[in-house]
Amino acid sequence: MAQILPPKPHEKKKRVRNWSIFVILAVIYVWAFKGVYDRSDWSIFNNLGEKFNRVIPKLFNPDWSQTEKVWEYIIETVFIAYAGTLIAAILAVPFGFWAAKNMVKSPIWNTLGKWVLILDRTFPELILAILFVITIGPGPFAGVLTIGLTAFGMLGKLYAEIIESIDMKVVEAMEANGANKMQILFYAIFPQVLPEFLSFALYRFEIDIRASTILGLVGAGGIGTLIVIAAANRNWEQLGLILLGIIVVVSVIDFASTKIRKRLV
Amino acid sequence: MTEKNNQQHSNVYSLYPRKLKLQISFVFLIVILFYFYSLNETGSDFLRLLFDFPVIINKLMTMFPPNWDYIPVAIDPLIETVQIAVVATTFSILICIPASLMAANTIVTNKFVYQTTRSILNILRTIPDILLATIFVSLFGIGIIPGILALTIFSLGLLAKLLSETIETIDTRQLDAIRSTGGNIFQVIWYGVVPQVLPQFISYGLYVFELNVRASLVLGFVGAGGIGSIIDTQLNFLKYQNVMAILIVLLVAVILIETVSNMLRRRVV
Repeated sequence: MAQILPPKPHEKKKRVRNWSIFVILAVIYVWAFKGVYDRSDWSIFNNLGEKFNRVIPKLFNPDWSQTEKVWEYIIETVFIAYAGTLIAAILAVPFGFWAAKNMVKSPIWNTLGKWVLILDRTFPELILAILFVITIGPGPFAGVLTIGLTAFGMLGKLYAEIIESIDMKVVEAMEANGANKMQILFYAIFPQVLPEFLSFALYRFEIDIRASTILGLVGAGGIGTLIVIAAANRNWEQLGLILLGIIVVVSVIDFASTKIRKRLV
Repeated sequence: MTEKNNQQHSNVYSLYPRKLKLQISFVFLIVILFYFYSLNETGSDFLRLLFDFPVIINKLMTMFPPNWDYIPVAIDPLIETVQIAVVATTFSILICIPASLMAANTIVTNKFVYQTTRSILNILRTIPDILLATIFVSLFGIGIIPGILALTIFSLGLLAKLLSETIETIDTRQLDAIRSTGGNIFQVIWYGVVPQVLPQFISYGLYVFELNVRASLVLGFVGAGGIGSIIDTQLNFLKYQNVMAILIVLLVAVILIETVSNMLRRRVV
């Protein structure tokens, strides 16, 4: 049986490539694990049981008297995410058109639009949050601006992909009939892309709720503020309530958003 | 003249039925109203932004020029951040393999196991990274180990979801073929599932690594290691020029990592 099988192909190039990938990965892993090993403070594993006993029972015993306060901050987080996402969703429309191949004639101009969106996507939220907190002062407004400016990069890219996939025959037909740019935009392009635009904006809203929880670290509002305070005061009962609140609110919003998105597209 | 004609036409031959138009207008009205309400609740005032523009520019200028001498101090925490991200990504990749197999209905036929794994992963994904980091720091104390644990759990939820959804879309006839020739579950997975999902798996792994580099920025603020800790201290000392220097180093590192990772992902898939 074994004799009639053809010989296995020996591609030297592929083997060299695989080996070099393996060596590079090994070097990275040795470097990373050694670094982490050297930096770690292994003494934290001493009397772990005692620490767990001190924290875990309180974490699962939420302090219900704080409900109102926690709710207030969670709602603020949702508001920040909502306002920020809507700003991003609107801001992303012109950028989406700019970065769509079939809407811009000059390829250089088009590539430039794509680069602007890529640059925006690489910006971590926290960096922008710090800049906004320093310039316009702490508070949820800094958070709204942060979310608005970080979310439009991803939305713009997704919008551009949707616009690139539309049926251009409709646009051509309207052009042939002498329609102007505005009419083409409203009657040929928007009906084709709006459901997907909204669906992606909703999806981004789900992401932004999670993103706006960290804004409080640098004073840009939201539930993060309360998390930091609760941890600093070792108020584990309150932290437990925050954990529960976030799980419930995020689950509900995710569920609703998924339902709406299914109906939209 | 032509414009007038067109307008008349658009009134006569409307693209959509009247009811749908009303519905859409109503939804948009709610969206906009809620928008203004949330602007109000968050104290957002774009006019203030416009009027205070000189003040804002002045404040921004306190961050410039960045204190370039501070950069060498920032390099070591940055390396720590990347190392934390590598280790956390590795752990979460290792754990996510069994988790995602159990959360894919093409592999697990037992409804109970499938639903339980799914629900656990769904709950895991709702917890934001900052909360996980805070909880682990409170459990273990300050250091990079709680940071690594927090990132591992955080990326596990996402990675397992992506991978299990990919496994659910694979060609099940190949699995049946292996099963019908007497292959056990491990052979089915190794010869049937792995070849079909490996490219996506690698791509997701790289993507999660990128996310982890960003997320490990958060860790430092709650005392779980990485570059966030020095940003936090410099912010508290109001040393904005130092902060700017760190941010620039960080941005360069993030762009570098994402470019390399994107290049690799495009080649893999």
